[in-house]
Amino acid sequence: MSIASLWRTRQQRYSLEGEICPECRQAIFPPRDVCPHCSEAAGPLHTMSGRGEVYSYTKMFNVPNGFLAQRPYTMALVKLEEGPMVTAQLTDISDEEVEIGMPVEMVTRKLREEGDSGEIVYGYKFRPVFAAGD
Amino acid sequence: MPVGEHWDLSVRHIAYHAIAAALEEAGADQVDALFVGNMLSGALLSQEHLGTLIADFCGFRNVETAKIESACSSGASALRVGHMAVASGMHDVAVVCGVEKMTDTTGENTTAGLATAADAEYESAHGVTFVGLNALIMQRYMYEFDVPLDGFAGFSINAHRNGAHNANAMFRKPISLDTYLNAPLIATPINIMDSSPVCDGAAAAVLVASERVGDYVTGHHPGAVQILASASANDTIALHDRRDPLFLEAAYVSSQKAYVESGVTPADISFFELHDAFTIMSALSLEATGYARRGEGWHLAADDAIGPNGRIPISTMGGLKSRGHPVGATGMYQIVETVQQLRGEAGEGQIANASIGMAQNIGGSGATIVTHILGS
Repeated sequence: MSIASLWRTRQQRYSLEGEICPECRQAIFPPRDVCPHCSEAAGPLHTMSGRGEVYSYTKMFNVPNGFLAQRPYTMALVKLEEGPMVTAQLTDISDEEVEIGMPVEMVTRKLREEGDSGEIVYGYKFRPVFAAGD
Repeated sequence: MPVGEHWDLSVRHIAYHAIAAALEEAGADQVDALFVGNMLSGALLSQEHLGTLIADFCGFRNVETAKIESACSSGASALRVGHMAVASGMHDVAVVCGVEKMTDTTGENTTAGLATAADAEYESAHGVTFVGLNALIMQRYMYEFDVPLDGFAGFSINAHRNGAHNANAMFRKPISLDTYLNAPLIATPINIMDSSPVCDGAAAAVLVASERVGDYVTGHHPGAVQILASASANDTIALHDRRDPLFLEAAYVSSQKAYVESGVTPADISFFELHDAFTIMSALSLEATGYARRGEGWHLAADDAIGPNGRIPISTMGGLKSRGHPVGATGMYQIVETVQQLRGEAGEGQIANASIGMAQNIGGSGATIVTHILGS
């Protein structure tokens, strides 16, 4: 991703900023111009809570450039409590404890050591929600 | 053109090889347009403008050229453009070539290049690859439908068994269940025997309007194969935005369109060249095209209903798994193999009484799906 693209998407990566459709009231992430649910104009902005659950996961051993230092890592499809699904890495987790349906919450982490132009990229990952007292 | 690691040949050489063979076989002496299906020439070879690059190398001048790109379905998308060109009467003779050169760079670069078929800002930016996306689908599928670890083995075993007879296949060796079960994991639960290989390849066809075949081609194949239906449909680019990540809605829609256009039903089809880039895709494709109920596609592999004598033979020449998956070329390999089957030229892999074949090419994690039905 270019520096311009990283700058444009910063609110999405740092705070899961999406939208609530004014027509059908469904949550949308990331923001779109057209609501994917009812095809009306989307908006206004709405920040997701960051809470969700694991819909699916995979531990990846073959990884692309920019992610070699983190190999292997666990990717997940996380179903946010507002409804949208996001693709993100799981963090602060051991292999044994990952399971479908596990409650997770968003945290900000380093996504890549450096991008094509040397920048460090931060964004959302998800970690297990610990019960009080854990 | 055999699929493989062609370090001694460039993209223009392998494309020319396929196009020259197609022209020779058709006996065509006129070319009005060349449509090239390709995904990664810009990312991996720093070469765009592929339509004209290849036309130039083939010695074509003053013809229409364009590169058609729709990720891994680029080959079938190019065929569809060629089909529209001749069916509309805009061109008399169109050549379509699918070509991909994936081994000119490092594995990491190729992996990153393939990931550009996903949403760059919201999928690839987080480190997911195509294997990863398919693994996310497969993990959830196994969870929802209670599929055992060896539930998908039959797809891989069938592909390798069939590919052994295909002179153009990359891996011409049957595999055993043990080989499958002991294969190294690349993204859990996907192992290397669930996954198609990175490779180079090119395949081509000559298209002429059916009623004018005799005017333009003088090949020694009087039974030119006819495109009975051509259809394409899209879905969301990102897997995470699908209404149901375990259902290939675009495969359902494009195959339904193709059934209506051709007037054939799934039961009429002699064999099905589906997009087995990963074994999970075989299961989902069979479900979306009407051969299995949702969550039951994998049963067809377990029961070997997909073998050459089965209810619906698939990957009859090795599929993406054994023949190989040179991404933008794959859709055209499927078409060439479908033609070979329909002409009765598939050798030891021949499906008995093959009269109607279906080929389905998938771009991304199910985002663009192109279906063709061909008849002899």
